[in-house]
Amino acid sequence: MFSQRTTYLLLFSLTLVLAMLLSVYPLPLALRWWRPEFVLMMVIYWIYTAPVRTSLLGLCVLGFFLDVLEGVPFGQHGLSLIIIAYVCILSYQRVRNYSVGQQSCWVFVLIGISQLTDNWVQAISGRPVSGLEFLLPAFASACFWPVCYLGLERFGRRYRIAG
Amino acid sequence: MGATALAPLSSTGELAIKPLFTKGSASSLRALLAIVVMIGLIFISLYTDWLKPIRQPLNALVVPFYEVTDVPRRLGDWWRDTFVSRSDLQAENEALRTELLIHQRKLQQMAALAAENVRLRQLMNATGMLQDKVLVAELFGVSPNPLSHTVWINRGSNEGVYKGQPLLDAFGLMGQVIEVTEQASQVLLISDPTHALPVQVNRNGVRAIAEGTGDLNRLRLRHVSNTTDIREGDLLVSSGLGGRFPVGYPVAEVDTILRDPGQPFATVIVRPMARLDRSRHVLLVFDSREVTP
Repeated sequence: MFSQRTTYLLLFSLTLVLAMLLSVYPLPLALRWWRPEFVLMMVIYWIYTAPVRTSLLGLCVLGFFLDVLEGVPFGQHGLSLIIIAYVCILSYQRVRNYSVGQQSCWVFVLIGISQLTDNWVQAISGRPVSGLEFLLPAFASACFWPVCYLGLERFGRRYRIAG
Repeated sequence: MGATALAPLSSTGELAIKPLFTKGSASSLRALLAIVVMIGLIFISLYTDWLKPIRQPLNALVVPFYEVTDVPRRLGDWWRDTFVSRSDLQAENEALRTELLIHQRKLQQMAALAAENVRLRQLMNATGMLQDKVLVAELFGVSPNPLSHTVWINRGSNEGVYKGQPLLDAFGLMGQVIEVTEQASQVLLISDPTHALPVQVNRNGVRAIAEGTGDLNRLRLRHVSNTTDIREGDLLVSSGLGGRFPVGYPVAEVDTILRDPGQPFATVIVRPMARLDRSRHVLLVFDSREVTP
């Protein structure tokens, strides 16, 4: 029906909006640290599925929007997105051959890196974090990754998105 | 999106077989440049106001996200309101009537006290206080960032909300407005680590600064010397000295005091009166400038 590029863009934006909704869904106070980084996971998935379609400019714009969405200083999400995207682009040939469990571990590392930069920015803006709880979102994301991956993979197969 | 792709593209736009041994130095350079730009942006938005005009209109775009995620809660409320039993309603009505009666009795006394207060203030040549004008608002979104305590309320510049406006719930001071859009505004709670407000002890008028700690149930008093007359259980009210919050609203209750003679200041932990994590219906207070009688 659509060209491959259009299908990709449609699916990409659809999953992205869904991820953004999930990422602002109100959680009980005790669970606030346990929210997986849905948007980052989507971005990681789509970069591994279609690395050549990844756009640096697109990631920057997405980062800006996320900054406004969460009310953090401009550039915080852009920074972590670009670092993650770069690592993903360098590693996609290897990671595509991983099993889902191995991928989860890898996602833990990637999101852990993004949490490092995020909390660095938060700390210089006057909200320091103590202890290792800043790694909880990475852990939650790693646990959630199989669901996300297998779900999206069905879509990806059906619409033959690759590149 | 292909124009700025990170991975190598062949001339036809299809995926080229990635060469194993040559590094894509151009894409590395581009990524590095982007990282530097982002770090620059972070510092600009942290230490200057240059990017504020960009954020202002974009805020209106993100409000729908919070509104959509609030829909399940609203559906739940609607369900509860619609299918509530008659006996439950009657019981609630009864309880509310009793409460109203108690409050009315207090109000009768209050009128006499207020009049007396005005007379005494006139005797002392002091300024009189105006009754504050308030606007009821409802909370519909909470910041997803676990480190920041900000919430969204459903009133915006259309209703006259302005930056720096104080927010209360039924029990005490909650915070102040930091971002305003037409339909909604963002509020910084008093428990946020970047927030502080001037308070005074209701019992004797000792002044202090209450700082947020990042914990919803704890604030800390700054620079309270060891000899200051402050006790556990004291009520702290806003002192109005910052010129931002109105005078006399309850802020917190003193929880624990640690007086260590080796330290220059006592550690005073206080508990906010407002139910920062529970109140859904809140009050916006409009400017209460004091006028001379």
